[in-house]
Amino acid sequence: MSDPAAETVIRCTINGRAHEHRCHPLASALDFLRYVVRLTGTKEGCKEGECGACAITLDGVVVNSCIVPAAHLQGRQVRTVEGLGADARFSALQQAFLDCGGAQCGICTPGMLVTGTALLEDGRPLTEQRIREYMAGNLCRCTGYGKIVEALLKAAEGGR
Amino acid sequence: MRTDLSAFRLERPRTLDEALATLASSKERLTLLAGGTDLYVYLNAGLARAGRWLDIWGLDELRGIRESGGYIVLGALTTYTDLQASELVCAVLPLLAQAAATVGAVAIQNRGTLGGNLVNGSPAGDSLPPLLAYDAELGLRSARGSRWVRLDGFYTGYRATVLAPDELVELIRIPRASAVAVTAGRYVKVGTRAAQAISKVVAAFALGRSAAGEIAHARVAFGSVAPTPIRLRALENHLLGRKLDDALVRSSADCLAAEIAPIDDIRSTARYRRFVSKNVWVRFLEECF
Repeated sequence: MSDPAAETVIRCTINGRAHEHRCHPLASALDFLRYVVRLTGTKEGCKEGECGACAITLDGVVVNSCIVPAAHLQGRQVRTVEGLGADARFSALQQAFLDCGGAQCGICTPGMLVTGTALLEDGRPLTEQRIREYMAGNLCRCTGYGKIVEALLKAAEGGR
Repeated sequence: MRTDLSAFRLERPRTLDEALATLASSKERLTLLAGGTDLYVYLNAGLARAGRWLDIWGLDELRGIRESGGYIVLGALTTYTDLQASELVCAVLPLLAQAAATVGAVAIQNRGTLGGNLVNGSPAGDSLPPLLAYDAELGLRSARGSRWVRLDGFYTGYRATVLAPDELVELIRIPRASAVAVTAGRYVKVGTRAAQAISKVVAAFALGRSAAGEIAHARVAFGSVAPTPIRLRALENHLLGRKLDDALVRSSADCLAAEIAPIDDIRSTARYRRFVSKNVWVRFLEECF
């Protein structure tokens, strides 16, 4: 952030709130969220688009924020893990992760929850196969995925 | 910030004409940014070329899939998600739709583009063998005008293309005739796991047989077995006019072995690539019987 001339103003809506911050347009959306906006729920894993820990949605579309420029948040609706619950209450998927033991060490959990929420919201019927395909870009080294799939099925059954 | 960006500048043109004018007037070679799925891997690793970057992601003129004048025409910013969602692509270009579903996973498919895969020019690019198998042509555009070049001819060497410094890929077009000529097709990706894998070997096979059973149309395209994605021309010519039998399976496998030139690298070995290339080809032919 040393060269103000190269910076730009990023205006976007994050979890329903309007934001305006100065930032280098090529800073990753991940760095923008964590170091400029100071929303640290989104995690850095591999920093090469491989692990999904940094997943967020832009206008509802899942992306890996570590490989998206901050410039591409301009004018968008951004959702991070901080925006999933409401009024200090967990979303159905967050509660299902708790109930099923879908989170262990926790580093993949924000990305799992954001990607999983997008999957639940896309409206198509959920099967284990579809969950495993859709979530294939979110790596977890603890759970073996079974409990995460279970949590998604439970959240889907419970309605939203 | 984690990455030092002091030597990077980003230009954000609002229209294609503005982007072309910027390209035309720039003394240095600009780096074109679309979905960023390749460039950000380099940038985060400190390996990206500093200087001026030109952001074309916002140019909706480079999006869209349509049929026009005997061609299926795809904008360069068509994503892998767009390909899978297109009824036209799924119906007429199934090998390309299948390839799109094997790139990364959902978050990558939402951002990765055909134009990016083409220009990044990795010999492992998953969309490239299907595009070769369908006789794809690329619409290159600059402030000077437009020209069509065949994909088979776009690469001049490892990650090197005929693209001039002031040009960008605007369109990809596939002759409908090249798609409908295919009566037996197969897309094959061999990687470490089903998702998020970069290919050890990737291939697209497209054969068409006449009513008499002779092979009348043959496209055999491979990635990750040479410095560029390649069509195996000698193999294709060997197949034409012949009927599929055990002898042809064996002789064509010999042709294949003579035409590929795989190397050892971080993802696989030349020896494994030779074995698996031959095996996926032979299996495809046997399943065509």
